[in-house]
Amino acid sequence: MNRLSRLAPAILLGAIALTTTACPRRPETTPTPTVNEDSLARERARQDSIAAAERRRADSVAALARARQDSIAAAERARMEAMTGARNAVTAAIYFDYDQSELTEQSRSTLDAKVPVLNANPNVRLMIAGHTDSRGSDEYNLALGQRRAAAAKRYLVQRGIAADRIEVRSFGEERPVASGEDESAWSQNRRDEFEITAGGDNIVPAQQ
Amino acid sequence: MPHSLFPRPLALRTAGALALAGALLSVPGALRAQDTTRQGVRIGLTYDPGSRPGIVVLAVPGLGGDSVTAILRRDLDYGDRVTVVDAGDGLTTGSGLNYPLLARLSAAAAVQATLTATGLHVAVHDVAQKRVASVRDFTLPSPALSPEWRLAVHAVSDELERMFTGTKGVAATRIAYVQAGQVWVIDSDGANARAVTERGSSLSPAWSRDGRRIAYSAFGDRGTQIVLRDLTTGSARWLVATAGGLNITPVFSPDGGTIVYAHGEEEGTDLFAAPALGTGAARRLTVGRGTDNVSPSFSPDGRRIAFTSGRSGHPEVYIMDVDGTNAELLTPFNFGDQSYRSNPDWSPDGRTIAFQSQIAGRFQVMTINLRDRSIRQLTSEGSNEDPAWAPDGRHLVFTSNRSGTKQLYVLDVESGRTRQLTRAGGVRLAAWSPSLSVAR
Repeated sequence: MNRLSRLAPAILLGAIALTTTACPRRPETTPTPTVNEDSLARERARQDSIAAAERRRADSVAALARARQDSIAAAERARMEAMTGARNAVTAAIYFDYDQSELTEQSRSTLDAKVPVLNANPNVRLMIAGHTDSRGSDEYNLALGQRRAAAAKRYLVQRGIAADRIEVRSFGEERPVASGEDESAWSQNRRDEFEITAGGDNIVPAQQ
Repeated sequence: MPHSLFPRPLALRTAGALALAGALLSVPGALRAQDTTRQGVRIGLTYDPGSRPGIVVLAVPGLGGDSVTAILRRDLDYGDRVTVVDAGDGLTTGSGLNYPLLARLSAAAAVQATLTATGLHVAVHDVAQKRVASVRDFTLPSPALSPEWRLAVHAVSDELERMFTGTKGVAATRIAYVQAGQVWVIDSDGANARAVTERGSSLSPAWSRDGRRIAYSAFGDRGTQIVLRDLTTGSARWLVATAGGLNITPVFSPDGGTIVYAHGEEEGTDLFAAPALGTGAARRLTVGRGTDNVSPSFSPDGRRIAFTSGRSGHPEVYIMDVDGTNAELLTPFNFGDQSYRSNPDWSPDGRTIAFQSQIAGRFQVMTINLRDRSIRQLTSEGSNEDPAWAPDGRHLVFTSNRSGTKQLYVLDVESGRTRQLTRAGGVRLAAWSPSLSVAR
């Protein structure tokens, strides 16, 4: 079709030339068709717009690819964050009042957050270590730390976690995280710590 | 009861001699019987002279003699049963000792020792009777000044104290304690401190009755274990086989056959007994029903055990029969008290139990008399914990933070005199060995 439109002026000129020389005379040479600048310009413009459209298409493909990569990366980040969040829920410490092994309200909710993650990761095993502040007898504090660890284990087992997945131990006052003889340091030291001892490589978040 | 070298009538003679010394002080140029501390020892009329004889230890001549002299004098001073008299020079005359001079110095006896090829030749002079009352030879191992040599000189001091007072001294003993996670042992006079465990976390050392072994608890990968270590061979083994759980505060029974310790898993901590030698099942002693029962201490006859228990809601001291029956509260409290009493140690004569009690936010060392349940407070400065009796039943070692960091101090229960035992800081959980003078 294009060729036809390009050739159309030449065909027309050729047709006019034939009709104006009706009697047979010695045939003349056909004049060379001249280039129609307007049509070439239109053709160039047409090609340019095609190229521009190609570029736009390529750009949008690239943009879509980038957007897809971004959303994949974002999903990966979210997944990592959820995994980290799940791991953090499992290892989050709980704290105690002075000379007590009872679980506070805050401790209970921290322990509650561990249960779904532990259910979603049945290979995870824990060591709960109980600690005390530095007041009181060093020796009695070893028993108090053991009681604090056992209290946390009992809470988790009552909520369905298998008992053989959890070990307990005590460090008494021997492993403080905060030094100082004031309530700020003491309150940080009266704690249970939760260490993942097996199955911790690929912690998946709990099913929603 | 060993027979004292100086029967009771001597006490009266000593008192007479002291009165004479007092009279002489008013005479110009008289002996300064109350000059003190020329060599850092007291010349004392501070305590009842009838029961605290003055003793002169003459300078031991020859190479190493000054060390022997210093150790003998210090040991007798630390024993708090005699007063070491600083006599200076001029005590020997051509024909013997200057007994009148010694009498004027309030000395009841004089110790004259000389070093021999095999050890120490010791003559003890009775000043009032102006004669040598006893001669003995003691073997000293070589090399001089080694820990074994010092222990042997300490044994001489202990024998001298027995001769003077009827009670054997405690110089030839050692004290085990915890510093920076290791068990250390130090001589009773503060010399020769050395670690006996590797790096780690070790706590609560206790001595066997023969002083050859210690038991202590050590942190492992999954829990705490009781370790028995032979101090002479260095060999060590676990008492209980399980790798996990809480196993702490071991003590040897008086007959050495049993170790009582505290064991906890998930239902509180209770006292158990296991054979000290070989293997054998552990027996449960306390039924705490989820409470904590720790820090046992045997009565010297081996029939009862004192321990710390939280069964009332807060830690108190209890005593029970050795099979776990007849547990009774020892330290009285009123319902609602926020008291905290723990770490009992039964005295060697069986009559009192030392413990720590929380008073006004700090701990103090207390004793309770088992006959009438009367309580004495022995400390007041700083916070004071973990009392442990010496074999003489008169001295206690305990932990105090009065200097700003935790150190061990030795207290004479009768006079109240306190001396600092350790110099390095962060020291606690002391245990006093039995007399070591026969073991070697």
